[in-house]
Amino acid sequence: MRITQGTFSYLPDMTDEEVALQLRYAIGNGWAVSVESTSDPRPRNNLWEMWGLPMFGQRDPAGALYEINECRKAHPGRYIRVSAYDSRHGRQTTALSFLVNRPQADRPQADRPR
Amino acid sequence: MNGARQGFALPRPGSGAPQPPAPAPEPVPAAPEPLPDDASVDLASERAAAGVDAVLDSLDSGLVGLVPVKTRIREIAALLLVDRMRARFGLAAQSPSLHMCFTGNPGTGKTTVALRMAELLHRLGYLRSGHVVSVTRDDLVGQYVGHTAPKTKDVLKRAMGGVLFIDEAYYLYRAENERDYGSESIEILLQFMENHRDDLVVILAGYADRMEAFFASNPGMSSRIAHHLEFPDYTLDELAAIGDLMLRHQRYRLSDEAAMVFREYLARRMAQPRFANARSVRNALERARLRHANRLAAAPGTLGKDDLMRLEPADFLASRVFAESGGERPDVRRSPRVS
Repeated sequence: MRITQGTFSYLPDMTDEEVALQLRYAIGNGWAVSVESTSDPRPRNNLWEMWGLPMFGQRDPAGALYEINECRKAHPGRYIRVSAYDSRHGRQTTALSFLVNRPQADRPQADRPR
Repeated sequence: MNGARQGFALPRPGSGAPQPPAPAPEPVPAAPEPLPDDASVDLASERAAAGVDAVLDSLDSGLVGLVPVKTRIREIAALLLVDRMRARFGLAAQSPSLHMCFTGNPGTGKTTVALRMAELLHRLGYLRSGHVVSVTRDDLVGQYVGHTAPKTKDVLKRAMGGVLFIDEAYYLYRAENERDYGSESIEILLQFMENHRDDLVVILAGYADRMEAFFASNPGMSSRIAHHLEFPDYTLDELAAIGDLMLRHQRYRLSDEAAMVFREYLARRMAQPRFANARSVRNALERARLRHANRLAAAPGTLGKDDLMRLEPADFLASRVFAESGGERPDVRRSPRVS
């Protein structure tokens, strides 16, 4: 079954270029991007494993994309998501979160009409 | 206050001003269709669109001397401009490697040029954001096993889309200690310089002789850097011009006699050890400002605008540089850096 969590999860998986554009939007808004992974994507599981620290002070999407790809290399069989944290007073919460990697069993070819 | 706040609630229709939308990031330029073979592009308009001339002009007017450096920067600017136009015709070439090495004595303007370089490359579309991350050995090399790689990668990540400026790069490699973590850092650096050429420009800076030794022990580093720029020492005239420029920025000026005394000061200071070019000029001017302020504070009566701006010979003549060569105060134990 295709997991639908976070933003864009009803859309086809994004390419790296599309992910970079989303990251660019998040960084442009001043949000700190972080990468997390899990093999247990239940909706109640909100303790995903962090891949490194949130990238505060990152000015360019390339660095975040590099981390995503490193995480994909290390955990190809896990769900990986990107979260963008808005640290501004009055918000201080995750502003954007979307999946960037699914295990083989949940890849789109199986259930996506092409 | 209220406008900057962004909560969860949706704005109710008709109740107060709507929430201002989040600041939109710069739009991503879409790739245009390649031009036909018989088309022609206007070089001047392309230059103007990129805003290259503004940067190059500010480089010319804002920096004194440095002819070889300026020539090379103009060449790089021209290459990137031509590359842009080639791309319009669909003649895509591999983007050039722009890693650089700045060598020169202290105070010759290496850091200043690195900042300008980042702006120039950003205007020309080579760098996406054009910020400079300035680091030294401490920021790259860890203190224990397994600390170096994440630290170096973190710095490299932050610098992506801009310029990574490594000051005194030769400290990265310590020949006398083969277990030093510096070489690990260099390895990662090399790998990034090769694989992320489009995302990152690395500029190494340092004194010429030590950089030479550094490259001799890291031949891979030397060959991956395309541009080795030598920053020459300034002549007396250039130093005087730099001093003038600095004073103008700070809204001071020299009286005619003071200008002559200042030249004399520079000539004497250049002959002394630990002369640091423009940095020495800046320090000398800082001290002149102190004496100027002291003189004004001690003087009775009222002060005009001109008095507040004008530096007099006395502000320079009180310097140790003059005292020592005059043989009045031959105190050799005083620190040479304080004059």
